[in-house]
Amino acid sequence: MSDATTSQVTALGAALQSVPRSGWHAATVAAVHRETPNASRLELDVDGWPGNAAGQHLDVRLTAPDGYTATRSYSIASSGSSTRVVLAVDKLPDGEVSPYLVDDVRAGDMLEVHGPLGAFFVWAPAAQTGDRRPVQLIAGGSGVVPLFAMASAHAEADDPTPFRLLYSVRTPDDVYFSEELRGLSDASAPLRLDFVYTRRTPDGWPAPAGRITREALEAAVIPAADRPRVYVCGSTGFVELVADWLVGLGHDPRSVRTERYGGT
Amino acid sequence: MSFITRGFSGRSRDRDERLPPGQTLVSDFPVLSAGPTPEVDTADWEFTIRTEAGVHRWNWDEFMALKIDDVDTDIHCVTHWSKLGTNWRGVSLDTLFEDVETEQEYVMAHSYGGYTTNVPLDELLDGKAWVAFEFDGEPLDPEHGGPARLLVPHLYFWKSAKWVHGLVMMDQDEPGFWEQNGYHIHGDPWKEERYW
Repeated sequence: MSDATTSQVTALGAALQSVPRSGWHAATVAAVHRETPNASRLELDVDGWPGNAAGQHLDVRLTAPDGYTATRSYSIASSGSSTRVVLAVDKLPDGEVSPYLVDDVRAGDMLEVHGPLGAFFVWAPAAQTGDRRPVQLIAGGSGVVPLFAMASAHAEADDPTPFRLLYSVRTPDDVYFSEELRGLSDASAPLRLDFVYTRRTPDGWPAPAGRITREALEAAVIPAADRPRVYVCGSTGFVELVADWLVGLGHDPRSVRTERYGGT
Repeated sequence: MSFITRGFSGRSRDRDERLPPGQTLVSDFPVLSAGPTPEVDTADWEFTIRTEAGVHRWNWDEFMALKIDDVDTDIHCVTHWSKLGTNWRGVSLDTLFEDVETEQEYVMAHSYGGYTTNVPLDELLDGKAWVAFEFDGEPLDPEHGGPARLLVPHLYFWKSAKWVHGLVMMDQDEPGFWEQNGYHIHGDPWKEERYW
């Protein structure tokens, strides 16, 4: 560890000290299954993984037989001290790494991961942080992954903080963690689920399919007057739109944390 | 530690030598931001450099009257994407520091919206950094840091503070926002100084 790194850690608050150190680890694919028509869920057994906070991400590095490597960042769908780490990967058109992870990888394969990463877009139970403000999660498509980790951690801790998840998704078939989300909304930790379907709704859905509107956002999020902490994750277009509306609706910009997935 | 992942072949073998390790070339312009995009009107915009001796200020008109550079450069984001041959216009930090006397060797850049990032002063001078207000011939989009952002292309792009508002000189290097939240204190893409 360099001197610069040491002084950096010293400068951090006690809350951040609990975030584990990152490093490279060998990971073995323990299980893989189709999450949606376009995405797979990967369970990795990560040798020496120090655990991770809900909302953190990691880098995956793949090496080809001739030494060529490709590295990408993925949000982690799980949290806690376990060395079993769950990812859910969306296949990008023209992608290089995601088609391999979605279509080709199988149990027993090995890859390298670096993490856990990120100390800002994270959530920890009120018992640890003392922050009892309600939490609004807003997901666009595969942006639900780190937010699912937060909602799971909330249920796991049986945390009394009011949680609400607004999930914008193309069709009912594209919902990640569909069964798990239903289970979380039935758990004793309070979680309310709201969906916006942009291409096709379930039968009998009260609203037509279409992109989220400012009115729909206002109706489905914890009001600014309740001072929620808000986490928004999705494409850049989705995050820009939603974050601008939230500020327009009176949410304190400092209480709105955003994460976007890039174009690769 | 490095081993072959079964079944992975990857795509391109003719890797561009301008691409630092662990980076992938993109044609679009991804965004990395921790929160909402602040709305900054050039009528209210101000840029300051604060030293042990006092404060230097420019409003938008004064800033635009300074010598403007055309900058062609590659940019590298810590989230593994790079763009090559990007085109910017901006004011060199050499120009902004022309009349600034300071013994302090470190800089904290402050942005509208509260973002901060730290850079040693000698990494901002001698043609290494600008305050940029145009990208590809157009005014800089707010989501990319408009009206003006710091441009420090030899470091990972989180050092190129969007919506930059001013620089505060410091006696010692101190971590800014991402540097407190998991990113490296220095951020050289050629050394892969990504994380703590």
